[in-house]
Amino acid sequence: MKSKFLMTVAAMMVATTVQAADRVKFEMWHGLTGDLGGVVDQVCKRFNESQSDYEIICTSQGSYDNALQNAIAAYRAKKNPTIVQIFDAGTLDLLLSEAYVPARKLMADNGYKINWDDYIPAISNYYANSKGELNSFPFNSSTAMMYWNKDAFAKIGKTETPKTWEETFDSLKALKAAGYECPMAWNYDTWPIMEQFSAINNIPIATKGNGYQGLDAEFIVNKGKFVDVIKSLKKGYDDGLVKIKTPDTGATIVQAFANGDCQVMLSSIADHGTVGKTQKPDMKWDVAMLPTLAGVERHNSLVGGASLWALQGKTDAEYKGAAAFFNFIAQPDSALFWSTNTGYIPVTKSGFDFMKSQGFYDKAPYKGRELAIASLNASPVNENTRGIRLGGFVQIRKEMRDALTDIFANKVSVEDGINSAVERSNAVLRKFEKTYAGKMLP
Amino acid sequence: MEKRATFSKTSIGVMFILPQVLLVFTFFYWPTGAAMYWAFTLERPWGGGNEWVGFDNFRQVFADRAYWGSIFRSLVFAAATATLSMGFGLLLAVACDRGLKGYQAFRTVFVWPYAVVAPAAALAFRFIFAPEAGIFAALVKQNPAFWNPAQNGYHAMAMIIICYSWKYAAYCFIFFLAALQAIPRSVIEASALDGAGMLRRVFDIQLPLITPTFFFMLVISITDSFQDSFGIVDVMTDGGPAKATELLVYKIYFDGFRGLDYSGAAAQSIVLMLIMMVLTFFQFRYIERRVHYS
Repeated sequence: MKSKFLMTVAAMMVATTVQAADRVKFEMWHGLTGDLGGVVDQVCKRFNESQSDYEIICTSQGSYDNALQNAIAAYRAKKNPTIVQIFDAGTLDLLLSEAYVPARKLMADNGYKINWDDYIPAISNYYANSKGELNSFPFNSSTAMMYWNKDAFAKIGKTETPKTWEETFDSLKALKAAGYECPMAWNYDTWPIMEQFSAINNIPIATKGNGYQGLDAEFIVNKGKFVDVIKSLKKGYDDGLVKIKTPDTGATIVQAFANGDCQVMLSSIADHGTVGKTQKPDMKWDVAMLPTLAGVERHNSLVGGASLWALQGKTDAEYKGAAAFFNFIAQPDSALFWSTNTGYIPVTKSGFDFMKSQGFYDKAPYKGRELAIASLNASPVNENTRGIRLGGFVQIRKEMRDALTDIFANKVSVEDGINSAVERSNAVLRKFEKTYAGKMLP
Repeated sequence: MEKRATFSKTSIGVMFILPQVLLVFTFFYWPTGAAMYWAFTLERPWGGGNEWVGFDNFRQVFADRAYWGSIFRSLVFAAATATLSMGFGLLLAVACDRGLKGYQAFRTVFVWPYAVVAPAAALAFRFIFAPEAGIFAALVKQNPAFWNPAQNGYHAMAMIIICYSWKYAAYCFIFFLAALQAIPRSVIEASALDGAGMLRRVFDIQLPLITPTFFFMLVISITDSFQDSFGIVDVMTDGGPAKATELLVYKIYFDGFRGLDYSGAAAQSIVLMLIMMVLTFFQFRYIERRVHYS
C-alpha cells in the first residue's frame, strides 16, 4: 500500500517535471489488486498514451471494500478522486446520494454521443436509473457459471453438463460412484446460489421488483424455490456429493477445482483466467451456464463485478478527462484488451461482436467465455432479472451466509435458518429505508 | 527532596501542554464526539442529511440477540487471552530471569511474536490450523470431527484465542522480565541463603513484588483484547462460522465499514467504550486493593 502510494507520488512528480503543464490530471481509485490491478494500470497507461490532453492516475485501494470506504472518507473531506470503482452491492448507497455525476449527463455535457443501447441489457439495467439511463459505467463485469471437469464427466459417460439442477445431482451421484471424493465444491457464497439462481429461474428475491420500485421492498427468499435449492444442496452435502471449500478449510473452491480435487463448482466467469493459469497440467475442463430448475424456462443471469462512477466536486477540465477515459474504455479494442488480460466480459454488443470477429472465443484459453454473454442474454430483462436494489446488501449477504453455515453444521433446520436470516435482513432493510427517509430512487 | 519545575506565567505552562491536548482532542474527543452524534442520528454514508432518532440506535443494538452474543464472546476472549498470554509470559519471564543456559538467546526470540503484525500472524495460524491443508490435516483424516474451525464455532474461537495469546504472550514477557529484573538481587540471594527453594522464592518474593506490573498487564491485556483482536478475526475467520467469532470490535467494523450502517456502528462503539470503562473501573476498584506498590 505504502509503496504503491510512494510510486504514485513519484509518478506524479515525474509527470509534472517531464510533461507539459497543460495536460490535465485526474485520479481514479479502484479496488483490484494483483494480476487484475496490474491490468487496470495498463489500461490507464494505454489511455495516457492514446492522447496528450489528459493524464489519468490510477491507484489501487486494496479491495472493493477499501475503495468504497476510502472514497466515502475522501468525499466527505472533499478530497475525492474524479472516478471511483464501486462494486455491485455498493451501488444503491451511491445512487441515493448526491455524490455522483450521472454517466449520461457527463458524456452529454462533454460532447460524446454514446449509443447507450449498445450495452448488454442485463449489464446496463443493474447500473441504470428507473428510466433505464446509466448512472455509472460498467467496467469489470462478470456473471456466475458452472465450471466442470471434462475428464471426470467423461468417466461417467457425459460430454456435456446437466441442464437442470435436478439432473446435476444425478451427475454428482455418478461422479461419487465413479470414485471422486469431491464431486462439487461449495463455499456458502450466496451470489451464485441465491442471486444468480433466482434470476435464471425468474424468481424474485424481494418484493417491489427486487427493490427497484422502492426502498420499502421486503426480502422474500424464504417463500420461494430457494428453500428447496438449499434443501437439495444440504442433502447433497449429507450424501457426500457437495464439499465445503473455504480458506479456513485449506483451499478455496477455485483452488480445489483447478487442482482437480473437485469436479464441479459454481463461480464467476472472472475466475476463468485463474483456473486456466493454475490448473493441474492436462486437466480438461470447461464452463457452462448455471443449471435451471426442471421445467423452468431459462432467464438471463445477473451481472456481477463493479462499475466506474464520476464523483462530484471536480473541475470541468477533470470531467472532460473522465469522459474521454470512459469513451476510451468503451472502444471495442479496449474491450478486447481488457477481456484478454482478465476473465471479465465485454459490456457492449459491439465489443462482443468485435471480439468474436477477431476469433477470440474460438480457441483455448478463452473458449467458453462467450457462454457468459449467452447467459446474460438468455432472455429479455424483466423485473426479477434486471438486478438487485436492496439497501445494506453486504449485511444481507452475510446474514444469509451465517444461516447457511449453521444449516450445514446441523445447528438449525433449512427452513428455520433461512427464515431467521430473512427476518434479520428485513430489519436491515427497514433501517436502511429509515436512513433514506424521503429519498426516491432515481 | 522534591524537585518541581515552576512557571512564572500560566501561559508558558499552557503552551507546554497544548500539543498534548491537541493530540488527545484530535484523536480522541473529536472522533468520540462524532460517534456520539452519529449514534443518535441516522447517518447516510455519502452525506446529505441525517435525522435525529434519539436512543433508537441503542435500542436496536440491545434488542439484537446477536449483539449480546458478541458481548459474551468478547468477554470470553478477554478472559482467555489474558490468562493464557499472561500465564505464558510470566512463565517464560521467570525462566529467563533465572539465567538458565541460553537465556540471552531466548530473551530475544520470545519478543519476536509481538513484532509480527496481527494479520501476518493470523495468516500463518490459519494455515497451521486449516483442517485440510495444515499440520492438522493428518489428524483430521483419522477423525473429521476432531478439528474443523470452518464449521465448528468452538474450534474457531479456540483458534483465534491461541493466535492472539501467542502474539500477546511476547508482550507480557517483556514487561514481566523487566519487573523481575528490577527486584533487588540481594533479596533473592538472602532468601536462597535461608534455604528457600526456587518455587518458594517465586511465590513468596518475586510474584508479590511484581504485583504492580501484574495489575498493569491485566488492565492492558483486557483493554487490548477488546480492540486489538480485529486483525486476527478479520484474517482468520471473518467473524464466522455463523458469528461464532464475531467479537464486538469486528462487528463494529463489519456493520460500519462493510455494511455502511454508520449509525449502528457508532452506537456500538459508544457501548464498547462504556463496557471498557466499567471493566477498568472494577479492576481498579477491586483488584488494585491487592496490589502493593513499594
